[in-house]
Amino acid sequence: MEILVCVKRVPDAAENEIAVEGGALRGDDLVYSVNEWDNYAVEEAIQIVEREGGSVTVVTVGDGESEEVLRREMAMGANQGLLLSDPAFAGADGLGLATVLAAAVRRGAYDLVLTGAQADDGAAQVGGMLAAILDWPFASLVNSIEAQGGLLRVGREIEGGAQEVSEIDLPCVLSIQTGINEPRYVGLRGIRKVASVELPVLDAAALGVAPAPARVRRIDYFVPPAGAGADMLTGSTAELAGQLVELLKAKGGLK
Amino acid sequence: MDNVFAYLAHAGGKLDDSALELLGAARTLFPGAAPVALAAGSGASLDAACQEAAASFAEVWKFDQEVLAYPNAELLRPLLARVLPPGAIVLLPHSTLGMDLGPGLSVKLGAAYLPDVVDGSAAAGMTLEAVRQEFSGQASAHVTCDLSAGAVVTLRSGAFKADASRSAAGRIVDRSPDAAGLAARRRFVKLVQAEAGDIDITREEVLVSVGRGIGDKENIALVEELAGAMGAALCCSRPIVDAKWLEKPRQVGTSGQTVKPRVYLALGISGSFQHLGGIKGSPFLVAVNKNPKAPIFQAASVGVVADLLELVPALTEAIRKGR
Ligand SMILES: Cc1cc2nc3c(=O)[nH]c(=O)nc-3n(C[C@H](O)[C@H](O)[C@H](O)COP(=O)(O)OP(=O)(O)OC[C@H]3O[C@@H](n4cnc5c(N)ncnc54)[C@H](O)[C@@H]3O)c2cc1C
Ligand SMILES: Nc1ncnc2c1ncn2[C@@H]1O[C@H](COP(=O)(O)O)[C@@H](O)[C@H]1O
Repeated sequence: MEILVCVKRVPDAAENEIAVEGGALRGDDLVYSVNEWDNYAVEEAIQIVEREGGSVTVVTVGDGESEEVLRREMAMGANQGLLLSDPAFAGADGLGLATVLAAAVRRGAYDLVLTGAQADDGAAQVGGMLAAILDWPFASLVNSIEAQGGLLRVGREIEGGAQEVSEIDLPCVLSIQTGINEPRYVGLRGIRKVASVELPVLDAAALGVAPAPARVRRIDYFVPPAGAGADMLTGSTAELAGQLVELLKAKGGLK
Repeated sequence: MDNVFAYLAHAGGKLDDSALELLGAARTLFPGAAPVALAAGSGASLDAACQEAAASFAEVWKFDQEVLAYPNAELLRPLLARVLPPGAIVLLPHSTLGMDLGPGLSVKLGAAYLPDVVDGSAAAGMTLEAVRQEFSGQASAHVTCDLSAGAVVTLRSGAFKADASRSAAGRIVDRSPDAAGLAARRRFVKLVQAEAGDIDITREEVLVSVGRGIGDKENIALVEELAGAMGAALCCSRPIVDAKWLEKPRQVGTSGQTVKPRVYLALGISGSFQHLGGIKGSPFLVAVNKNPKAPIFQAASVGVVADLLELVPALTEAIRKGR
């Protein structure tokens, strides 16, 4: 099975305190990494190829800095990386990104395209849009995949943790939910191994696309007014523990 | 705006809570509109849902086909693309169905896609200004959406008040023939209910809940001890289950369990809407987080900015001493 996995470089919300200053994210000290969901998608693709044969290509739309996420996923075990980069892609909305990715899909011969269910700074939209542009069937929030001849049996995780099981024809696009697998660890040695691999870069001309102007635009980031909020306790660790014990007692939190 | 539509989720003959929230959102975002409800399904349960909807919506389009008995987005998308007029504005819940249906629907309609709206004001001309969140609620953003070619808008659960204030005596229009001949390349097979665990956190009165801030699997023992000292049950956020540090039946949130405790102690949890969506009944919520700007402090009754790896052992100790 030939599998394309879409990955995105995002500010790592687990590593950073995302702070807003003057309408923008405070950017000087942001740590970036691969969007959490995309690691699960790459791991799943690698496992499918281990079972069924084929190869895994990782692709991203981004600037030169985005190369590092392609290399990280190649260190995980993806066979090829593909960088889609052009000043014309900057500021693209979800539809613009999906349009660019669709052009890359059409240049290949993929049976399956995986995306993350959502990006940390995104909106859970690119996968579904990509499928619609390609006119391929789609399933979101996928938490199990089993190949069955020319089709897949997939599970979608829905409300309450229930699973909706469907059959889906190939080729198709699936968006992957966290927890579907345990993404393998990538060590420094793995990264070093792929550090000098040439990564093809395709621009708007090579892809033959021009994303339409964004119809959904972010005006600014802001901090919502504090609202009612919590009563904040202060003091030393021992004092805080003491206050919490009293509160828990009063509210029936100690049995 | 005379072309606003709301997709009604329903099950077992009852409208989902989202249905009247969409109406509330429509009245906020498109005050002049008379939103048309769209209801797909099959048989008596669809009829009952349409009856219920007609009490609040002036017009309900009913699509009755056996294949629609289960709401498969791969069938609903071509159906809606077939029946909606050009420039339609379609409101969907930002649920797992909305996420499945919405992005592709916007492409098929040639419309803009504005997902997971948490707030907004009345559209001015062809522009809608709304509020979204990123990074699990750690950053809010104002966004504008160009409505000139229509839009698919999904709304976060609970963000807009359900509006049942006006009785409509609405008209139910049977448009089932328009839904004939739908076929999908993704076919629904079955639903598998979530596994039950050795503990039912939905019945517990006092919960200690641990999130990614715990850092390491080894540290789970610290919160287990605290829960033990309190006589509380231990639950968690999703990343803890994804990492297989605790079992799925202990996960609180929209894709986990819905709990209704008296006291909820959230340790190292940022406060995403998917997590908070699983906590009902306004418990006494204590949040411990090292980030003073964590969104959980908006929802908490009492907050402590601290490293949980220091505070939790101290708290366990203090409780044991007090006994
Ligand atoms: C469709 C869908 C369904 C989902 N369903 C659920 C669900 O049911 N339940 C759920 O929980 N999530 C769910 N999620 C995931 C959700 O979006 C968030 O990613 C998740 O809730 C974050 O969990 P967290 O707060 O533990 O981790 P994070 O958001 O990473 O937060 C960790 C927090 O710990 C703090 N911290 C770090 N170290 C320390 C320390 N030493 N001491 C104190 N504080 C510390 C940090 O400041 C941070 O605020 C779902 C997502 C999707 C897309
Ligand atoms: N710039 C990008 N390049 C490649 N893939 C992307 C990009 N942005 C989003 N995606 C993919 O689409 C998924 C959902 O992102 P989003 O719709 O932005 O929440 C991500 O998990 C990625 O798989």
